[in-house]
Amino acid sequence: MMWFRLLVGPLLANRTRVLLSVLAIALGVALGYAIALINRAAIDEFGQAVRVLSGEADLTVRGARRGFPESVYPLLARQPEIEVASPMLEISARLAALDDDLERRSLDVLGLDVFRAARIQPQLIGQSDTPLDALQGDALFLSASAMRWLGLQTGDRIAFQVGTGRIELRVAGLLPAAELGQRIGVMDIAAAQKHFGRNGYLNRIEVRLVPGVPVATVAQRVQSLLPAGVYVESPQLVSQTAVAMTRAYRVNLNVLALVALFTGGLLVFSTQALSIVQRRSQLALLRVLGVTRRGLLAVLVGEAAVLGCVGSLLGLVLGYLGARLIVSFVGADLGAGIFTDLQASLSFEPAAALLFVLLGILAAVCGSVAPALEAARAAPAQALKAGDEMRMFQRLTPLLPGVLLLVAGAASASGPPVAGLPLFGYVSIAMLLLGTIALMPRTTVVVLSRLPLPRRVEYALGLAQLRAAPGQAMVSLASVVAAVSLAASVAIMVISFRTSLEDWLAHILPGDMFVRTSGHGETAFLSPPMQERVASIPGVRSVEFLAGQRIRLEPTRPPVTLLARDIDPRNPGRALSLVSDVVTPLVGQVPAWISEITADTYGHSLGEDVELPIGGKRVPVMIAGIWRDYARMNGAIMIRLEDYRKLTGNYDVADAQLWLEEGAEIGAVRRALLAALPSDAVEISLPNELRTESLTVFDRTFAVTYALEGVAIVIGLAGLSASFSALTLARRREFGMLRHVGFLRAQIVRMLAFEGALVSALGLIVGLLLGWVMSVVLIDVVNRQSFHWSMDVHLPWSGLGIFALAMLAAAVLAAVNSARRAVAGEAARAVREDW
Amino acid sequence: MSARRELVAAGMALMLCCSGKMMPAGDAADSSDTQANVYPVVEAGRKLVFPRDHGAHPDYRTEWWYITGWIESDGVERGFQVTFFRSRPGLQEDNESAFAPKQLIFAHAAIADAANGQLIYDERVGRQGFGLAYANSGNTDVGIDGWTLSRSDGEYRARIAADQFAFDLSFLPTQPVLLQGRGGFSSKGPRPGEASYYYSLPHLRVEGSALIYGETTAVSGNAWLDHEWSSEYLSPAAQGWDWVSINFSDGGALMAFRMRARSGGTLWAGGSVRHHDGTLSTLSPGDVEFEPTRLWRSPRTDIEYPVAMRVRAGHYDLKVTPLMDDQELDARASTGIIYWEGAVRASVDNQPVGRGYLELTGYGDRPGM
Repeated sequence: MMWFRLLVGPLLANRTRVLLSVLAIALGVALGYAIALINRAAIDEFGQAVRVLSGEADLTVRGARRGFPESVYPLLARQPEIEVASPMLEISARLAALDDDLERRSLDVLGLDVFRAARIQPQLIGQSDTPLDALQGDALFLSASAMRWLGLQTGDRIAFQVGTGRIELRVAGLLPAAELGQRIGVMDIAAAQKHFGRNGYLNRIEVRLVPGVPVATVAQRVQSLLPAGVYVESPQLVSQTAVAMTRAYRVNLNVLALVALFTGGLLVFSTQALSIVQRRSQLALLRVLGVTRRGLLAVLVGEAAVLGCVGSLLGLVLGYLGARLIVSFVGADLGAGIFTDLQASLSFEPAAALLFVLLGILAAVCGSVAPALEAARAAPAQALKAGDEMRMFQRLTPLLPGVLLLVAGAASASGPPVAGLPLFGYVSIAMLLLGTIALMPRTTVVVLSRLPLPRRVEYALGLAQLRAAPGQAMVSLASVVAAVSLAASVAIMVISFRTSLEDWLAHILPGDMFVRTSGHGETAFLSPPMQERVASIPGVRSVEFLAGQRIRLEPTRPPVTLLARDIDPRNPGRALSLVSDVVTPLVGQVPAWISEITADTYGHSLGEDVELPIGGKRVPVMIAGIWRDYARMNGAIMIRLEDYRKLTGNYDVADAQLWLEEGAEIGAVRRALLAALPSDAVEISLPNELRTESLTVFDRTFAVTYALEGVAIVIGLAGLSASFSALTLARRREFGMLRHVGFLRAQIVRMLAFEGALVSALGLIVGLLLGWVMSVVLIDVVNRQSFHWSMDVHLPWSGLGIFALAMLAAAVLAAVNSARRAVAGEAARAVREDW
Repeated sequence: MSARRELVAAGMALMLCCSGKMMPAGDAADSSDTQANVYPVVEAGRKLVFPRDHGAHPDYRTEWWYITGWIESDGVERGFQVTFFRSRPGLQEDNESAFAPKQLIFAHAAIADAANGQLIYDERVGRQGFGLAYANSGNTDVGIDGWTLSRSDGEYRARIAADQFAFDLSFLPTQPVLLQGRGGFSSKGPRPGEASYYYSLPHLRVEGSALIYGETTAVSGNAWLDHEWSSEYLSPAAQGWDWVSINFSDGGALMAFRMRARSGGTLWAGGSVRHHDGTLSTLSPGDVEFEPTRLWRSPRTDIEYPVAMRVRAGHYDLKVTPLMDDQELDARASTGIIYWEGAVRASVDNQPVGRGYLELTGYGDRPGM
């Protein structure tokens, strides 16, 4: 019973702090576990989708989305090693509104030859009661999830936009793969070619080999038969490539999870440090009663382990619920926009669960080791005496480790990416944080000793108290600095990104109005007559068109977007957000401006001659510049529209940006455009609408980050106030003494408020400075290496200022609050505690 | 005719004739051209012209080249069949895509080996195009995925490479073309449209090689070829059909079929007899009678087939017995149908008089619809 009172009792007494520690650990575990769950679900779902799409295929032949000549198909089908070749046309088809449903969506439609697919991809053969329905030109078979998503049933009509026109198909039935989460439709390949204007083209062929032939050898030979930009891959590789696309994003979120765990560990540290101070005499009593040092250590660390365990288990539950929410609202790609049509389902992942439970316990245990060692080390006789607790705070940490950590942190910021991940960047941030925390006591002493003693006695006393026991401040400061710096650095990064995005949008889309078909799917476009119509609208001064398609530069990488617009090679910076010098092309050279992502991923450099697979041919181009592109995560390559038209023979465009004549009325132009073009076929937007739309997407992508930001701030505030309360309560005897020597209660409260303000201000200043340094690492190292896009640093002064003031106010309030409680009792009783 | 082909055709996911009604061709999605293509009607009086009519007739809804026969190697007798079908489903006919399923091609090949006790069977199916599947006009020239049947210098050649077996056989006619029905116009039912153009080549001399159980052997034998095309032949009242062809050892030949009514009994029947002296008798419905003498139940599908028959056709009264009982062809996975298609011996008064093939359809589900 005494054990319980001595050990568990204090925990109950420090409910708030204990609760916060548990919550912080739960948060870290929840985040990490949720990411693991979601990723597992995405991998499973995507792997399954690939299995359904590729069926029993040994090889997958894929090229540019626009397609390659269908003559490749008989060429492959005739190879003696190839048993079946299943020709396919994959199209992301833009759904056209049937009634008043104006929501713009796209559906992945697969055109295939049922006779071939039946032998490789039986899951893609539609079920119908009508014989030969699969060969009907208007029949579309939907997966169960597509059927649900669209709210359709067999026999309904479904419309797609092609160009600016529309086609209507009939929902002929379900695909047999009931468990398939992917939203797809399947139709006859001839009908797909016709309806979507792709006659003569395929973009995928699934190949099954004659049993026993060496796959690698055949793959090599097949590759030699393929046109430029068409590649043969194994279906497993297709699946891996897609999942790998989310890796950087996932790793970043996992790091955030570790940060949450670290914060949890810090809170455990402050909780335990303070509760051990409070219990110093009780613990010493235990030692006297025969508990060994080792035993005491075990008990104290065990307490933390229990906290960690509770937090971790809570985290598992939260993580599972959170994963469900995220999957249903954001998607299995965590909002990154990669798997658009997957309906992931979650399963309990025992390995991941165990890992994060252990990490949670580890964080708590690590946080408790230092104070527990301190308590165990204390000589019982001494510790039993009153006032000894302050000894604990008098030891100063040595200077060297902190300095070393800071130097190492700064150095590792310049490290290269490891396997495409910014591991050195993360190490750098961790070291900077730990180094700063380690140096905090010393910094505190130096700063406090430089401060002049205030004239008012209570303030002077407060400062003296802090000077005398800087270790005590350290406990609060560690969590303040960690919370503030992490929150500030992430805030600076996100704001920098957001502001850079806004600037970029304004730079790259300077027009007065935009006519777009490119929002959803690949089937909408403006044909040359429609382009003329747009250009001839009254009030339109000039029009610039944008065309694009996706091409494959390497088989193992996702396709990059080939863009084309009017660009002056001598001044490409007018249209592009350049981050490099400009190389002017020689006569006859085709200039190409590549995005930073393309430059990083494929290692192309300025002025280099490279070959791009465009229209089935290898086209030599010269890298004339590198530009910033936030829109296309897999990379983009910009060429001139005239070159694009020459190379592809395709005169359709996706989007147009319009400059209006002086004094033209925007509303009138918009109405004229809507009258000239099929009304539901295009989106007409003004620059500010486009900006809002882009920022909405941005905010959705960073929703998880924003949520964590909020949580970090709350933890920081709460941790701060909790440690103040604890410290204040521990000093009740001191207050009693002060009352004895004539201090007013109000004076004591003021003293404590001053102390709180001083400590928090110090923590805030150091935290903000550290946060700024860490944000530079985040922006220039972590983000650059993870996502390959650069951004300009923007400091959100007002936001940070409000944040800092709120923290300061909270600290002062907490100090005042606990001071009031501490001085509420009789002075005599407070002193009496001090036998 | 060969009811089996209809069956097979039906099952091949190819069943086109919904409830026997002539269906205007044309994609329902593209109603613009529904007027454009209606299948030509099979009419009496059209004179078959060769070699043109050896080739494909792509306007008609369905067509097949069908070879059945017996081959022998090292004293082992086996039955074999190889069939190429062409079908015009009347879909997407205005679609210029090379994939447009305007013509579908499929092929069946099987070997009946008494020692094995079961058919070895394979099939191919696809849409015409890219030279991968084709049925050319002008002379017999059909193929799909490397399986081919072609005719040149009056001789046919079939090359089949299936998963478990392969054969490369030549078929040399020893007799002139046998026009079925009235000069090649063969009625299939009581109604006027239910008919086909149909000719046979009995007593084809078979030479070539076959790969069975991993062993290639030279084979020789005797076969029967049917070539038939039609736009409508399955009466809605029919449940299934029995068909038999016999090459008599005296040089004569017999083909007989009956369509069994859904209600039971015979809906229609017909056939022909070429006597050993070359004279031809065409059989009318009243001249043909099929009487089951022994039933065999398939252990796989539980369907019961009359695998032995007494066939009365003209002046013949034949006892027809199978090479082996289990010649059931379960093509549900690919074509959706099950039928019995087997090598048979014919005898009169227990004296063997010839060999041929028997086909039994519609004993499980009615094929097609």
